Amino acid sequence: MLLVVEQFLNGLQFGLLLFLLAAGLTLVFGIMDLVNLAHGSLYMMGAYFAATFVAWSGNFIIGILLALGATLLLGIVLEVVALRHLYGRDHLDHVLATFGLILFFNDLVRLVWGPAGLALPLPGWLTVPVQIIPGVFYPAYRLAIISVALAVALMLYIVVMRTRLGMLIRAGASNREMIGALGINIKLLYTLVFGLGAALAGLAGLMEAPILTVQIGMGENILILAFVIIVIGGIGSIRGAFVAAILVGMIDTLGRAFLPDLLRGVLSSAAASTAAPALSSMLIYLLMAIVLVARPEGLFPASRR
Amino acid sequence: MKPSSVDYRNVVAALVVVGLLALPLFSQLTGNFFVLTLFTRIVIFSLAAVSLNLIMGYGGMMSFGHAAYLGIGGYAVGILAAEGIGSGFIQWPVALAASALFALVIGALSLRTRGVYFIMITLAFAQMAYYVASGLSRYGGDDGLTIYKRSGFAGLINLSNRVEFYYLCLFCLFGGVFLVWRIVNSRFGLVVQGLRSNEQRMQAIGFPAKRYQLVCFVISGTMCGLAGALLANNTDFISPAVMYWTRSGDLMVMVILGGMGSLFGPVVGAIVYLVLEEFLSQVTEYWAMIMGPLLLLIVLFGRGGILGLIGSFSRD
Repeated sequence: MLLVVEQFLNGLQFGLLLFLLAAGLTLVFGIMDLVNLAHGSLYMMGAYFAATFVAWSGNFIIGILLALGATLLLGIVLEVVALRHLYGRDHLDHVLATFGLILFFNDLVRLVWGPAGLALPLPGWLTVPVQIIPGVFYPAYRLAIISVALAVALMLYIVVMRTRLGMLIRAGASNREMIGALGINIKLLYTLVFGLGAALAGLAGLMEAPILTVQIGMGENILILAFVIIVIGGIGSIRGAFVAAILVGMIDTLGRAFLPDLLRGVLSSAAASTAAPALSSMLIYLLMAIVLVARPEGLFPASRR
Repeated sequence: MKPSSVDYRNVVAALVVVGLLALPLFSQLTGNFFVLTLFTRIVIFSLAAVSLNLIMGYGGMMSFGHAAYLGIGGYAVGILAAEGIGSGFIQWPVALAASALFALVIGALSLRTRGVYFIMITLAFAQMAYYVASGLSRYGGDDGLTIYKRSGFAGLINLSNRVEFYYLCLFCLFGGVFLVWRIVNSRFGLVVQGLRSNEQRMQAIGFPAKRYQLVCFVISGTMCGLAGALLANNTDFISPAVMYWTRSGDLMVMVILGGMGSLFGPVVGAIVYLVLEEFLSQVTEYWAMIMGPLLLLIVLFGRGGILGLIGSFSRD
């Protein structure tokens, strides 16, 4: 029971982190029609910025806020210098160009911070376990991730659905020329959206940093998961990304935790311990395959323009 | 005599063929065996790029998971060798069959979608294969599997001989190019190319689109599986790193760099990309910092790849 609650919360936490990453990716794709592989690099940069700024300022919160600002800025610079010129091009061009950016960022990090990973230590008040229900303790930091991610998800929903900026964003997604003709600075809007996506990726990266080490290539594996989420949820749909992210986070975490025991009930213990790791890492891809067979457009297909 | 009638692309292709054929001679004469080692690798990756070009350049299917077949072909050789089956007559057909089967399953699922979905899904499935290989603890898991003996072909050819192995790889590459050439100019190939330009119209004429594309996808995957079997023999080692997704990206870059949808484009692309990588990595440890922005510039300004560029010179 205790383990189930704990793993359930772990899954929720992982899913919410994935959502932050996938939201930025799907936002940029849905609005600018840009496939950005370098999104994982922004996730990595967020973590490196956080590790650096926290060590520099000596304060966790200040360091994290600085890192968020830095990732936002980096995203904006990236958009203005490189990615802006890719809008309207073939998706294959996007893939290649942003693949080049990944190579660049990985070596840049190696040059600046060295090949060894960094650690982002937590302040004392975040390391204490919290009693969530009588007898069940859960790390405060993971609870903090869950609350921050939920708050950001809610904020994102409000910004996109309830504000003027969100209205412009949605209008830009459905008809770029028209909104430009109405006197909206669409270039600036795109830059802002990209910066927002970058900040979300950075936030996901820096929140994950204290749990795992900050290292080169940390954004690449999780980027593939974000892709899987987008495919499952439906490209361009933030709601779909949310549902799919929670689903993937849960299935991945619970699969890894409980599949070995489940298999041991069916197979011999040796066979189970060989098959379980491979099978549990396959689970989410199987889920994707099933979704593809049943609904090729994803669970919540964004309405086509 | 009109100089305009010369298509420089054919000149480049001829130079590449002659150069690759004469390379062992050059390396014998100069005693430079490094070149031969480098080009054996290049020829193998050329074959993989040629196979990717078949679906990407002619079929319009942007597969971002082609490295998976390199790994599957390689693991077929490696696993059989580890289990004591050293004959290439068994290893290689198994490598091809396993790649074909994987391509059939992945293709059947991925082809339900289009465009950017297709890119992401092939990427995700290849990554799944990567994780499965990492989980093969019996065969080295993450650390990979050393192949102690190269595939044996009953004395017909000795894969441990550098020159013989090079020519075997080259034979496979030319065979691959020839096959692609025949496919592209066949009725089947024309249908596949028609599907690339207008799927709806082709379907309206009455062609079963998915079936044609799937067959093309499987042929390409099988060909890449052969490259994987060669690669495992070349390095005497196979590890999950071979099918990491950046490898798939490398293959895509080779195809685009050389010129998508041209017969020798991927070969030229593989040569340029791998030689550049070798050269840059000797200049600086941080070669990817140069390679990355270079890719960006190629995408922004160099459409049609190297052969496209050369072709544009020969037009007038």
